[in-house]
Amino acid sequence: MTKQELISAVIITEDEVISLADLCRSCALSAEQILPIIEHGIIEPLPNTLSNSLHWRFSADCVPRMQTAIRLQRDLNINLAGTALALDLLDEVKMLRQLVNALQRE
Amino acid sequence: MEYKDYYRILGVEKTATQDEIKRAYRKLARKYHPDISSESEAEEHFKEVGEAYEVLKDPEKRVAYDQLGAHWKTGQSGFKPPPDWNEGFEFHGGGYTADDSAGFSDFFESLFGQRRPGSSRYSADGRRGGFQARGQDSHAKVFIELEDAYQGATRSLVLQSTEMGADGRPHIKPRTLNVKIPKGLKEGQTIRLQGQGSPGFGGGQAGDLYLEIGFNPHSLYKVNGHDVSLELPITPWEAALGATIQVPTPAGKVELKIPPGSSSGKRMRLKGRGIPAKTRGDFYLTLEIVLPEKLTEKEKSMYQALQKEAARFNPRAGIGV
Repeated sequence: MTKQELISAVIITEDEVISLADLCRSCALSAEQILPIIEHGIIEPLPNTLSNSLHWRFSADCVPRMQTAIRLQRDLNINLAGTALALDLLDEVKMLRQLVNALQRE
Repeated sequence: MEYKDYYRILGVEKTATQDEIKRAYRKLARKYHPDISSESEAEEHFKEVGEAYEVLKDPEKRVAYDQLGAHWKTGQSGFKPPPDWNEGFEFHGGGYTADDSAGFSDFFESLFGQRRPGSSRYSADGRRGGFQARGQDSHAKVFIELEDAYQGATRSLVLQSTEMGADGRPHIKPRTLNVKIPKGLKEGQTIRLQGQGSPGFGGGQAGDLYLEIGFNPHSLYKVNGHDVSLELPITPWEAALGATIQVPTPAGKVELKIPPGSSSGKRMRLKGRGIPAKTRGDFYLTLEIVLPEKLTEKEKSMYQALQKEAARFNPRAGIGV
């Protein structure tokens, strides 16, 4: 076993901006595979880059969302519209769980 | 090695039809999918269900497994398949039929053979090809304490990753990472470890590892985004007269001034005392007036005196009685 080095982590925030190429690489998908995902509104390019697809930029927190979408699609065999719906509902469930947790103590 | 009852795992009878097995699997896969379930053991369940389905969905493997099960008695401690257990069975398409079989149990492996390159979602392998490519990014979940979000923390993580062995075959290898988790995280946020994903190809860079952060529940505090809250018990006289009292926060004790005439349920805010992100969260306190369980005679008479003196006050005036 090699000596353990300490690896520093970086927080992914909505302020960090990535390109379509970064997104493709992170998710191991081609741009052609990512386009329908954008068309379904699962992720969206930053508004100020929206007009020209050649200059699309994304917030870095799209990456974990895309990866969740890919896993859901692959593991549960759901289409993109279903994946988009599942992600929206999961966001809502997450928010409600937090709310329940907060209320349980009051 | 433990015998695995794949029928029990899927919750179906041994006589279940292939359709029933498929339905049971789909239902459980949805229930235990790690992106959906909030259970801490969801991932293990999900893998177990996947493994059971991998065997039972395939009529050849199912028949072989059924024959093995007939020799199995409950209560038997260790399990070893008889050396000729699968004699006469022909498995098509190699041992595995699914792409995602890395991480199946030893039990499965002893029956249906060696693991072959698979891309488990939490230990992704890379793409094939003779070109130079950056490795794929991987993903895992990690739970931290609220205090870690205030101070940062160092965590040791064990991840399963696929590596090429000396024999030219891929092997699943546990990999331990010492990770420095930065302060200022909120629940559900993701952090990135550069170069810790799957290895690259042809000299390409390794991918990144993404860790999704969850918080372990705290006995005192509630967390909402970057804001943290606490229910603060105070005495009736502190509430009536005002007081300066000590309050715990995840970053240490602070002094808090309670204004005179504070009622139960009053919310107070300590600005910037929440999770120290770029925009710092706030720390909220909800006052809760608490009485001693039993009053002494003297305390009782003092309350009675107060009752007479403060008869002008009707807390229920607003509700019409």
